[in-house]
Amino acid sequence: MAIYSQKKSCDLFFSLLTAAASLTVIIFIIGILVVLIKESSLALGKFGLVNFLASTVWNPVTGIFGAATTIYGTFVTTALALVFAIPTAIGIAVFVTEIAPNFLKSPIGIAIELLAAIPSIIYGMWGLFTLAPIMSKYVEPALQKTFGKLPFISTLFEGTPLGIDLLTASVILGIMIIPFTASIARDSFNLTPAVVKESAYAIGATQWEVVKNVVLPYSKLGVFGGVALSLGRALGETMAVAFVLGNNHKIATSLFDAASTITVSLANEFTEADSAIYLSSLYYLALVLFVMSFIILAISKFFLLKAERKYSR
Amino acid sequence: MNLENKRKVESFIALALSGLAAAVGLFWLTYILIDVLINGIGALKVSLFLNDPAPAGVEGGGLRNAFVGQLMITFTATLIGVPVGVLGGTFLAEYARGRKISRAISILSDIMVSVPSIVVGAFVYAILVRPLHHFSGWAGAFALSIIMIPVVLRTTEDMLSLVPWTLREAAFALGAPYYKVIIQVVYRGAATGILTGVLLSIARVAGETAPLLFTSFNNNFHSTDMSGPMASLTVTIFQYAMGPYKSWHTQAWGASFVITLFILALTILGRMIIKWRYKR
Repeated sequence: MAIYSQKKSCDLFFSLLTAAASLTVIIFIIGILVVLIKESSLALGKFGLVNFLASTVWNPVTGIFGAATTIYGTFVTTALALVFAIPTAIGIAVFVTEIAPNFLKSPIGIAIELLAAIPSIIYGMWGLFTLAPIMSKYVEPALQKTFGKLPFISTLFEGTPLGIDLLTASVILGIMIIPFTASIARDSFNLTPAVVKESAYAIGATQWEVVKNVVLPYSKLGVFGGVALSLGRALGETMAVAFVLGNNHKIATSLFDAASTITVSLANEFTEADSAIYLSSLYYLALVLFVMSFIILAISKFFLLKAERKYSR
Repeated sequence: MNLENKRKVESFIALALSGLAAAVGLFWLTYILIDVLINGIGALKVSLFLNDPAPAGVEGGGLRNAFVGQLMITFTATLIGVPVGVLGGTFLAEYARGRKISRAISILSDIMVSVPSIVVGAFVYAILVRPLHHFSGWAGAFALSIIMIPVVLRTTEDMLSLVPWTLREAAFALGAPYYKVIIQVVYRGAATGILTGVLLSIARVAGETAPLLFTSFNNNFHSTDMSGPMASLTVTIFQYAMGPYKSWHTQAWGASFVITLFILALTILGRMIIKWRYKR
């Protein structure tokens, strides 16, 4: 390359400087992994891997810790949040790209992107002050009345609806990831070539058939990547759920139970951990979370790149 | 009913449902925004910005310490994050353009952008807080800059890639070494784009709470000493909203309003710059 024939020392210095700056990203990732493993080594040695992941005990007094309750809480809130968010987000994306009149497309698109910029602590605080009372006064008693007597699913709606529970936390988390998911889905939908859509219209397809049979199949890689990215984000979200989950270490069978996630435990207990094994167990949780979200984010990136490559041809 | 009508009805129902989903989603999101605006404006007083917190449970007082702390931490994070991010992006888009290493770092940065921020806080706690035996504003700023670097790096890479290669060739032809070409030609061509990336990355870290919980912690007193614990708006919102006092809740709304407005203003400004620069 012509660049390297420039043997000037300034140029070499500048290239090394920029190389060092870009390597910081790799250094941070490796550093985080190494530090988390080192800090959790005490708990890792005492509880092992399978034992730690499967144990539901979280007892700071006796110094026995297990991750099952927090991992369970993390997965339940994330799964419910995705159930709420994905249909809504795809609905928004379909609305913006296919249905909305032209003068509405750009304002709604901008509004979605602005909402994605609002920090999660605002969602969390709003959840505590506004959503939790609404849930405990109206939504949850109504759910209890409707579904509470049905066999099998009645356990999901047991207990006193206080508003500080799995359901409220999941709803907030869902609301929070809607704008993000919607904007990725919209970008993917927009990549469908107009010619392909017009061909479908020309042979008499209805608007919904175009969405279902042309746009969705064409953009499924991108949408899938976007959903995985939202999943990764939701797993690691702290502040949106910290306010309304109650940090209760148990396997909650009812949606109206307080619970805990990995992030909420970290936020609430990290500065209060008084023994080495306690802090080490919290680092162990952080390690589990880091590895999990890294894998999911890598998968999402894989799909998004695949989608990109497909369309750029 | 014949097939044609059935398809029309099906189409209408499906589209109505997606319109409904959109309406429900947008309803909640605007509800949140309006709620923050209404409650926040009610909480805005001059004393909120000028006074330090009153003792717990006592009416009055303000959040001057948190505003000052937030500004100092965010500003320091920007001072660390922006140069490193811009230089790193330069390496990816210029010296390592098209190489495997550039691709790998670019993908890792994208992942790093979404990595749980609380893990970053735990990381910085282990390397900067515990060895020194106290929380510090520096640690908070460092944690935020770790989150900021990949954001700035990726936007810089994208913006530099948009500068036409022929522009560089023109400068090479005049005998300029590569670093001069980058600084005097490429950076100038991409300046507005990089500026937008910087604005958006500041907006991103200004609302972060989780990485500050174990690094800059909190401080009930006014402090400009970055080597001690420092208050920040976001951590104060967390503490005050979870607290038992009505006056704390009001101040938390006020702080949320200010931070939301700040972030929305930065985001809108960033978008306007992009529009102004690249639509023509």
